[in-house]
Amino acid sequence: MSEGDQFGAAPAVRGKTASVWNEAGLAAALFAIDPISLRGVVVRAGAGPVRDAWVELVRRLLPPDAPIRRIPLNVEDDRLLGGLDLAASLSLGRAVAQNGLLAACDGGVAILPMAERMEDGVGARLAAALDHGEVAVEREGLGLRLAARLGVIVLDEGATPEEHPPSALVERVAFWLDLNELGHRDLRELGYDAPDIEAARRRLVRQPAPGYAIIEGLCAAAQIYGVESIRAPLLALQVARAHAALKDRDEVTADDAAIAARLVLGPRATTAPDADPAETPPEPPPPEPPPEPPPPGAESEETRAREDETPPDLDPTDSQTEDTAATDLVIDAIKAALPTDLLAQVKAAKLARAPAARTRGEGATTPSQRRGRPIGARQGALRPGDRLNLPATLRAATPWQKLRTARADGALIQVRQEDFRIRRFIQKSESTTIFVVDASGSAAFQRLAEAKGAVELLLAKAYVSRTRVALIAFRSTEAELLLAPTRSLTRAKRQLAELPGGGGTPLALAMDQALALAEAEKAKDRRPLLVFLTDGRANIGRSGASGRAAAEGEALEAASRIGAAGIGAVFVDTSPRPQPNGDRFAKAMGGVYAPLPYVNADAMAGLIDNVKSLRP
Amino acid sequence: MRVVYPFSAIVGQEEMKLAILMAAIDPGLGGVMVFGDRGTGKSTAVRALAALLPQMTAVKGCAYHCDPQRDAGRCAGDCGAMVGETVLISTPLVDLPLGATEDRLVGALDLERALTRGEKRFEPGLLARAHRGFLYIDEVNLLEDHLVDLLLDVAASGENVVEREGLSVRHPARFVLVGSGNPEEGELRPQLLDRFGLSVEVKTPKDLAARVDVVRRRDAFDRDPQGFVARWAAADADVRDQILAGQARLATVQVSDAILEAASRLCMSLGSDGLRGELTLMRAARAYAALKGAETVALEHLRAISPMALRHRLRRNVLDETGSTVRIERAITELFAA
Repeated sequence: MSEGDQFGAAPAVRGKTASVWNEAGLAAALFAIDPISLRGVVVRAGAGPVRDAWVELVRRLLPPDAPIRRIPLNVEDDRLLGGLDLAASLSLGRAVAQNGLLAACDGGVAILPMAERMEDGVGARLAAALDHGEVAVEREGLGLRLAARLGVIVLDEGATPEEHPPSALVERVAFWLDLNELGHRDLRELGYDAPDIEAARRRLVRQPAPGYAIIEGLCAAAQIYGVESIRAPLLALQVARAHAALKDRDEVTADDAAIAARLVLGPRATTAPDADPAETPPEPPPPEPPPEPPPPGAESEETRAREDETPPDLDPTDSQTEDTAATDLVIDAIKAALPTDLLAQVKAAKLARAPAARTRGEGATTPSQRRGRPIGARQGALRPGDRLNLPATLRAATPWQKLRTARADGALIQVRQEDFRIRRFIQKSESTTIFVVDASGSAAFQRLAEAKGAVELLLAKAYVSRTRVALIAFRSTEAELLLAPTRSLTRAKRQLAELPGGGGTPLALAMDQALALAEAEKAKDRRPLLVFLTDGRANIGRSGASGRAAAEGEALEAASRIGAAGIGAVFVDTSPRPQPNGDRFAKAMGGVYAPLPYVNADAMAGLIDNVKSLRP
Repeated sequence: MRVVYPFSAIVGQEEMKLAILMAAIDPGLGGVMVFGDRGTGKSTAVRALAALLPQMTAVKGCAYHCDPQRDAGRCAGDCGAMVGETVLISTPLVDLPLGATEDRLVGALDLERALTRGEKRFEPGLLARAHRGFLYIDEVNLLEDHLVDLLLDVAASGENVVEREGLSVRHPARFVLVGSGNPEEGELRPQLLDRFGLSVEVKTPKDLAARVDVVRRRDAFDRDPQGFVARWAAADADVRDQILAGQARLATVQVSDAILEAASRLCMSLGSDGLRGELTLMRAARAYAALKGAETVALEHLRAISPMALRHRLRRNVLDETGSTVRIERAITELFAA
């Protein structure tokens, strides 16, 4: 069956990608059956034929009259939510509402391209529409509730685990697919037809409530696999229902639950039952659990499990009908359906954890002439570079029209200087303090603990100044980003709970990574400040080779690149006695040298405040 | 009108439910902030309150549904002239959606009137709609700063003053502010947090039976909202009666000097900033006692509500990993060990 074999790639690999495509196709079919209950799909893949083919498959399977609309990245509220249709309002002489894209998608699907760059605010608006099936518009003199029952296709082109769509959105959709591994030769016809899907849709409406064992089994499986959010078993239940309808079954069986668990819980898993790390394969597994499903149609061989037929008694006074045997059957089916090396895959697949660790906050900026956040409109003269707030301007002009038209020459509406309303933006000067902490040798523990203290101190003080803090630790042959730039103290506390220590000092490597992160922050309009916490005794080169002289040379060179990039830096020398090396590094970076033999969080936070206030 | 999930069908989350009921009994408590994980039913619980709230008497025809006893003549409408006729209306629960513009929040020129008749007339905004009821902001940490400042100002003064587009209007706007958010999205400013009377933290239930109940009920609701609500109507009615009884009892609940002193000592030992903590502690204990049907506030009432009244007011000791809740409970045990 596996046609991929003939292309010369290792059969195991081809088999794997073929099964990923099967799984993606199944997800497409299930989503097309009930896009509104399943909420959506995150498709992590670069733009290209694979992704196009998948989206096309969904498009083909959705009802012909279902609207499918693309919502541009970081769309403005008047287009997303809706607002006042000025042209119509003025010509008709009454307030005319203009529906936004969310309302236009009612009963269908919204496609969200480049969602990894989406602002959290837009994600939250979409999430609210998914939750309520309607969009609340309180804008420009209008208060509306518009139906917006829709599913979303979230196109995620994130290249690194840190880049992903807003977590509020990701968390709400049933399927997380990763098609990055696939090439166009994996794209086989999967045999789903629109009429079959339509028939499944009709069966779904008649389907009885799922049995207690199915629900309990899915909830138990979510716990076994460490899936905390309660939305996951809820979504899995909807997927199981859609799957039963697809397979022409009258009610949901253990097999449906198993496949739903594989599709919904699998990518979200954070632990695995009976996991033995020693058995995990040595090679890095692909970023998405590629389970080995039977090809569609093979389900006929599956054992059909009869369910506990008691309908859930949902009265407030209910006593639970528990049938542990039936539930165990469901759990066993789920365990069998999930890949055995799930844990290893989960560890490698940062995607599963990524939503909890989204890097970008509301401060993410869009590259345009527009800067900062809009804070309403003010009256004033229009100067070059200002943006006119047209609705507000027209609203200001409107009351006077009767008076003005008395002298008018037929103009529909007369706008005068005093009516001008200028859009106001505020740009908070945001900054990111990047700690680069030497975790090598014996002093590592103390340094890391104090750096962690300083991170938390800065964040606690940072409510108003909107400071972000990041932490890179370096030891032996690597420099690792332990805390991506964040404003959240909660996150910092959690992620810095355990810090590794010991080994050599790869200072040049650390400087390179710090520079890369600082440049990335600069690109987001945040001012980076690097704070190095080390004794400056570099002894590991970029290549990983030991040797003090070479390592110091490389570090000095890396330091001067930081200087050349014009990035602010503080070199906190933690050695017992100040070293000439530290001063040299600080000079090369064009930064401040601060000997601080007894590192202490308070002193460090104070130092950083001072340095910041000195910089323009 | 969309059907909302019944309050009484919410599984667990007792502290959140309690805080919301207390705010319904005593609107003067200063609102509730709900912090928590995703998918824990934060917004479900708040929206469910709408179906529970008892009706209230308002001046007939007043755009601000003014209280005939308290507001008459103070509002921007002409309800002073209309006093005498009253109507029973449901207590408003107004949702402030993301993307709301300032003109909708505070009110603005009635565009239609202006367009058709060239007439300047004030069209009340969401603050007017929320008067005497609740104003709910989901994802409060994503709300624009200038809207947050505006809201807090009005919530504190109980009056909305509009000076825009040549309009000059003031009207009463007393409402209970309810916010919810996820701390992972970023911290809230302490000044903002302090304005909320109560603060609760919700967590995803860990217990399997509870999780199964959540999923079953949610699924049943999604499949047949009306039927589900009907099955829970009696339970919801009980909660409504509890609110009504609590409201009626609130004014007569006694607070002894001993309780006031205990509240002060608790705040001092925790080093919580300002007087607001003490005041909230007292009011919350009274609302809780009223809810529980007690005639006087007892130490156990104070104990029960201390965490939600104080946890957001503690000065943060960043190097102390202990959560605020634990610190409060420790202080209570130390102070009131009997």
